[in-house]
Amino acid sequence: MTFLERTTRPENLRSWRGDVEADYLYTSGVAGERFFLGLRDAGKILAAKCDACGLTYLPPRMYCEVCMGPLKTWTEVTGPATVEGVTVTHVDEHGDRLAEPQVWAILRWPGIHGGFVHRLAVEPAKAKPGLKVRPVLKPRKERVGNITDIREFAP
Amino acid sequence: MSEKVKTWPGVELSAKEFYGKVTSVKFRPEAKFSWSAGEAMSRFLMELKEGRLIARTCRKCKRILFPPRMFCEECFRPTDAWTYVKDTGTIETYSISYIDLDAKRITDPVYVGVVSVDGASPKMGLMHFFGGVTPETIRIGMRVKAVWKPPAQREGSVLDIVHWRPLKEGEG
Amino acid sequence: MRKVACIGAGMTLFRRRLLETGKEMCWEAARMALDSAGLTIDDVDAVVFGSAPDAFDGIHMKGENLLDGCGGVGKPYVRVFTGGGTAVFSPIAGYWHVASGAFDCVLVVNEEKMSSCQPHPQSVFGHIWDPILDRPLKPNLVWIFAMEMNRYMTVHKVRYEDVAAVAVKNKRNAVAHPCAQLADPNITVDDVKNSEMMAWPVRRLDISPPSDGASALVIASEDFVRKRKVESPVWFSGVGWCIDTTMWTDRDLYFPEYLARAAKMAYKQARIDDPRKQIDFAEPYDPFDYKELHHMEGLGLCKKGEAPVLTREGVTQRDGDLPTCPSGGLLGVGNPIAATMGIKVGELYWQLSGQAGKRQIPHEIHTGVTNAWGDLMQFSSVVVMRA
Repeated sequence: MTFLERTTRPENLRSWRGDVEADYLYTSGVAGERFFLGLRDAGKILAAKCDACGLTYLPPRMYCEVCMGPLKTWTEVTGPATVEGVTVTHVDEHGDRLAEPQVWAILRWPGIHGGFVHRLAVEPAKAKPGLKVRPVLKPRKERVGNITDIREFAP
Repeated sequence: MSEKVKTWPGVELSAKEFYGKVTSVKFRPEAKFSWSAGEAMSRFLMELKEGRLIARTCRKCKRILFPPRMFCEECFRPTDAWTYVKDTGTIETYSISYIDLDAKRITDPVYVGVVSVDGASPKMGLMHFFGGVTPETIRIGMRVKAVWKPPAQREGSVLDIVHWRPLKEGEG
Repeated sequence: MRKVACIGAGMTLFRRRLLETGKEMCWEAARMALDSAGLTIDDVDAVVFGSAPDAFDGIHMKGENLLDGCGGVGKPYVRVFTGGGTAVFSPIAGYWHVASGAFDCVLVVNEEKMSSCQPHPQSVFGHIWDPILDRPLKPNLVWIFAMEMNRYMTVHKVRYEDVAAVAVKNKRNAVAHPCAQLADPNITVDDVKNSEMMAWPVRRLDISPPSDGASALVIASEDFVRKRKVESPVWFSGVGWCIDTTMWTDRDLYFPEYLARAAKMAYKQARIDDPRKQIDFAEPYDPFDYKELHHMEGLGLCKKGEAPVLTREGVTQRDGDLPTCPSGGLLGVGNPIAATMGIKVGELYWQLSGQAGKRQIPHEIHTGVTNAWGDLMQFSSVVVMRA
């Protein structure tokens, strides 16, 4: 069954323009606040361990997603990360072409559950899984408590 | 359990801490839309531009549906025909607003409410503004008439009606 | 259909702004609910999550984002959403999971983080309006509550003082709630009358605040209750829900027809034919003070137009004949939309299991009813519980 009338002249069909917008401010949370202050003030990457399940979470959280217990033990993540996967992007988030291609990677540390997606300071042709890289932090006065306080990862 | 719990979880933040102290990320999604008005609303808007109000009829429940729609939601069948309704009506309910859409205060209050339109089924209403009224004169049950923008200023929008004003003696 | 009980509950503080992310709030409430029932996450077969629009938290696909805080990783997980009605609707969805025989123990978690939305959640409430008919008028959602309140008061000739008395009762009741955001032991009807006019006839103290918060319930089958020797289970005795057309301008707003239908459905299942006599206390949804009155009538707890009289006579006080919103309601405890489950179905559980602490109704109670309300004045969910 369908409508009993249908417009045949497209200029008679109207569209109505508008937006569905708002501004947002997201807090980092109880665990996130501690992580970002550690990054901003001490230049450290912190993780949190579930003593019951043996998983060390990065980014750190308040709770273990497996046993739903609280995470009380915090540790620093040191040493190089390993690139698990890479991509080279040629367009930005709006679909416009970038002046220079950007290299992005999934980064993991041994014994750590989780990791980061972040910029890789490597030429596109040389970017591949298996590379060992370290975080390059912005100078202290430029760090604000944001994931971009890490500028990139480099070999 | 209420009594056994010693501390209830939650770390409260003051406005100052929320905006100035804790780490946070700001974001504004860019979500722009072009909604298709559809069959019924397209005709409704076109008729508004001509200074007229149009409705649809449902032969089964015999209602005259305003604003118009291509299906009757009670009988769950397509509606049957177009029909014009008047631009006079009755105030079903109203409010006098001292806040704008972002909840900021405004000094000149806005009179807004629901008008049930003459010629449509009882209580078939439209939300719109009221003018030429005061907090003392406006009331539920007041008879009102649409005040239209001059033809050259109409765009095919509910704002082609400026507001609804009290009916004068001898009108409608 | 199997018998289904609530065996545990938890909630966070309700505040205008909490530091916790949405996930962290979910975990805090879920953990408390599990602890209160003496269970671990491994005892839970499935998770139901409830939350109002993604637009408040500002995270698209909010349910998926929050599921790990709800204990849902690797489990059957579903999100339900009926706007403000979610507070009572997600427990109903949890009920379906167990009553159907599909699961024995279900965790229901509800959350809302309204502080993320700038400058005020009102900005996204505005997206509920029809883009062509309503938004060109630049409406504020308070307008529609004001219009409904005006219609209700005009049809029944209700005095503003009787409506304001509900805000006073609930904000005072909230003093006994440990999570309350707006409790006030000294508030009077004059305070409400003198508060800032928002959209006539609604004033600032007639409205519940936006809040951050989360709540959780553990719902289980009769078998589970018996095997685990659960103390003080509180049974779901009737559930109902109903929605009306979005063409709200076609409806006479003085009476919520959709709530009466939802209540009829729940009462039929609960074998209640005289709600005023057979129900001992109520937690109607009270985002505005007039809504408690509106909903009491929709729930059939009194005749149309009679709710203000019951309030004036003290019948709805915590020690009255029909205690109404003994929790302090949304007006006193706060309004993190879906998370108000903690002060609706959660309150029924805590009252009927004798665990409501300073809020405990001082006389014998066996049956309670609650409702929630959502969308554009359209939807209601109803739950009747018995101990």
